[in-house]
Amino acid sequence: MATYDWPAQGTASILGKRQARTDGLEKATGAAKYAYDVVRPNMLFAHLLTAQIAHAKVKLIDVAAAEKVPGVVSVKVLKKVGDEIRWTGDPIVCVAAESDAAAAEATKAVKVEWEPLDIFIADSDLAAATEAKRTGTVARNVQLANKVEGAEAEDAEIAKLLKEAAVTVESYYGIHVITHCCLETHGSTCEWKDGKLVAHLSTQNVSGTPAQFATPLKITAPEVTVHCDFIGGGFGSKFAADQWGVLAAEISKETGRPVKLMLDRRTDQEIGGNRPSGFINVKVGADKEGVVTVWDSHHWGTSGLSGGPIAQGVIPYVFNPVNRRRTVTPIATNAGPQRAWRAPNHPQGCAITQTAYDDIAAKLGISSLDVFLRNLPSVAKEKAEVYAEQLKIAAELIGWKEKWHAHGKGDKKGAVVTGLGIGIHTWGGGAHASRCDMKVHPDGGVEVSLGSQDLGTGTRTCIGMVAAETLGLPLSAVKVNIGLSSYPESGPSGGSTTIGGVSESTRRASTDALNHILGLAAAKLAVKAEDLEAKNGKIQLKDGSKSLTWKEAASLLGMKSLEVTGVFARGAKTNLSSSNVAGVQMAEVAVDTETGVVKMLKFVAVQDMGLVVNRLTAESQIYGAVIMGIASALFEERIMDPATGRFVNAELADYKLPRLGDIGQIVVHIYEPASEYSRGIIGLGEPPAIAPAAAIANAVANATGVRVPVLPLVPQRVITALKKKA
Amino acid sequence: MRDLERLDPPKSGFSRRAFLKGSGAVAAATALATAPERAQAQENKVQGAGPQTIELDVNGAARKVQVENRTTLLEALRYKLDLTGAKPVSIDGSSGASTVMVDGKPVCASTLLAVACTGKKIQTVESLGGEKPDAVCQQFVANDGMQCGFCTPGFVVAVRAFLNKNPKATEAEIRAGLNGNICRCGTYANVIQAAVAVVKGA
Repeated sequence: MATYDWPAQGTASILGKRQARTDGLEKATGAAKYAYDVVRPNMLFAHLLTAQIAHAKVKLIDVAAAEKVPGVVSVKVLKKVGDEIRWTGDPIVCVAAESDAAAAEATKAVKVEWEPLDIFIADSDLAAATEAKRTGTVARNVQLANKVEGAEAEDAEIAKLLKEAAVTVESYYGIHVITHCCLETHGSTCEWKDGKLVAHLSTQNVSGTPAQFATPLKITAPEVTVHCDFIGGGFGSKFAADQWGVLAAEISKETGRPVKLMLDRRTDQEIGGNRPSGFINVKVGADKEGVVTVWDSHHWGTSGLSGGPIAQGVIPYVFNPVNRRRTVTPIATNAGPQRAWRAPNHPQGCAITQTAYDDIAAKLGISSLDVFLRNLPSVAKEKAEVYAEQLKIAAELIGWKEKWHAHGKGDKKGAVVTGLGIGIHTWGGGAHASRCDMKVHPDGGVEVSLGSQDLGTGTRTCIGMVAAETLGLPLSAVKVNIGLSSYPESGPSGGSTTIGGVSESTRRASTDALNHILGLAAAKLAVKAEDLEAKNGKIQLKDGSKSLTWKEAASLLGMKSLEVTGVFARGAKTNLSSSNVAGVQMAEVAVDTETGVVKMLKFVAVQDMGLVVNRLTAESQIYGAVIMGIASALFEERIMDPATGRFVNAELADYKLPRLGDIGQIVVHIYEPASEYSRGIIGLGEPPAIAPAAAIANAVANATGVRVPVLPLVPQRVITALKKKA
Repeated sequence: MRDLERLDPPKSGFSRRAFLKGSGAVAAATALATAPERAQAQENKVQGAGPQTIELDVNGAARKVQVENRTTLLEALRYKLDLTGAKPVSIDGSSGASTVMVDGKPVCASTLLAVACTGKKIQTVESLGGEKPDAVCQQFVANDGMQCGFCTPGFVVAVRAFLNKNPKATEAEIRAGLNGNICRCGTYANVIQAAVAVVKGA
């Protein structure tokens, strides 16, 4: 009988292969329908008018002119006189009209007057934030090898360790707020059928969002169906029904017509989520080999009005020096609230602390590869060896030995210098809870249904691969149903939890179904079920001497389909999945010292993820994560106007993202020795997106011999840093 | 900020509309109008602003579409003809997600007015699908040139148009010539591989 285990490494027929995604052609030919693409007869278009001042009291909202705009059907005022606006993008009025253009025209006809209040948005300026009373509770965390009592004694011990260090680096690093920029903005197309809501929602959370619609609409979750076959980007920002989703549903109910409310680009950038900033003052002491002996830092940053900066736990990142003092100050700004962003906290923590490790190498004039290797004893014990192996592989792939030079000591070709940098990361990625219904029809047809979603990671294809592998069938023989909340509940796709979750439930359901079929086949063939296997579309004796085709075996079910449910509870003991990955990345860049332009030459990503389900889409995930990292290292940044608190570069013409010509050569290496394969499946979405910024910033420092302290490394910052040195 | 300027024209100073109002071309056209035309113009207070039916040549078929003057080609395709392959990502065309071919040239449908496209051959990504999909679509699938897929149709059309013009493009030319499209998932490496594969297979 089949058990809940994976095939031995190298024996699988589908699992781990390079499989083109099953919905690829739909996407490549425009047939794939996203929430934005759902078009219904008689549909209304809804637009939000949002606040374009960051902090103010509402004095007047006059919608009379808006109501008169031809084509306007509904005008909802969402704020009252006297209400406080606390960030730009806060919805004020919602207009629904016969066309997109009419709705846009009507929102512009609304008259709003404000009583301005004090605006604070300077999240990088700790002194200004303190003066403006925008700082929260300062938290401190101390760890010492030589334990002492009380804050004063701790401070004295830290000071002593810094004094004793062979080398110290005192520096400032920072990384600004960035936004998700999902190409499909947040929103939905809502319609009511027989008194029940159908929300075509752009969501990472098909199973979790019905209740979010139901509560404010005063109905129950079963009366809401959330549908999302395809989602145009989420990256952590699309877990909720959101105020505007509920508005679309309300207007649809009131008018009896389908309503499409997708945020416009500017509003999406303002309120659709962002990643908190992080700034840090660091003093770090090391021995003459570059091994860190003491870490002392104070970091701050903002997630908007809630004021949460990046977590202390990622300071310093991956490395855990035995002596450390970490202080953190949260800053509240009049800017839109943060949302989870691919590996929350980690990319910022990596970028503002592994830069300090690189600066130790620079100060000692030694290779940062040596410094990273020598500090591995301070990483989580079970991972030190993996990092060492991955550093070795990455160094070979990028040509570290041949290309390395001490910081700022490389050859200059004209005005151009080149350099190498490293970043390393870690992530959990354990499986989320998931249920999978498998149905085997007497005609041999197989379908699986899960209330999950495919963010573009290839989840749909991977589910099919797991089911097909288990049943010994080709991928095309399995119909995969996802993207509908009426399917069995599966977790939201966040934190790299999906591939583990859906594979767990699918493998379990498929195994149970197979065992039932094996039992029937055994009776028919007069053999023992445990001697049978499912392979190449057959149920056969392992020596191949007796067999039934899958179709023949399924026909033994008689008139009734076989229905089984595979269930996985998060955290349950299992051989199919686990968590906790490492990952090493190295960058090679060219810096033009006259223009400050940084160009990517080569990037190497070495990544473990346990057992690989689909090698093709797994590699794509890593390519994509690296390119996203290049974006935050070199291009993207939310720029705010200090006077109005407006997000001045919210449109994509101004919010710089890398283009196809900006990425250089990217080399992906999946690290999957037997020791990793045997761990089962681990999520991959977050980890490779973490270290690129640190690796690239360190490469620029290595090339120029100058630390450009704040990311992104746009030409102006590079030039400023170079001038400061000169 | 280009789009903001367009949405909120300056109240004083130079504007395109003021320029057109005062231009000799408009004055001459008015002078040449016949009496019945002038009467008609007075009757329709805002001339041409209401819905009108136009004919568009889309993917080889003549399609009648009711539009307003302000209706973009993208809106007409998506909401009147249910051709939703071209995507609304940025109204100023900076993302390339709404790329279609007009008379063989790649353009952002979000930046064109539907009424300006009559008499032109419009080709959307849907025309590259069907029974035997275009090699570009096939190579996007084989090389996984997509993740969420929202930028993919625009990218597919941009690659098709680029390779029509440069059928023997090298990888370096592909990297230099396809910078009008944004992909947030980061599929550029795969898109390059797909385009290279199309050239090799062509």
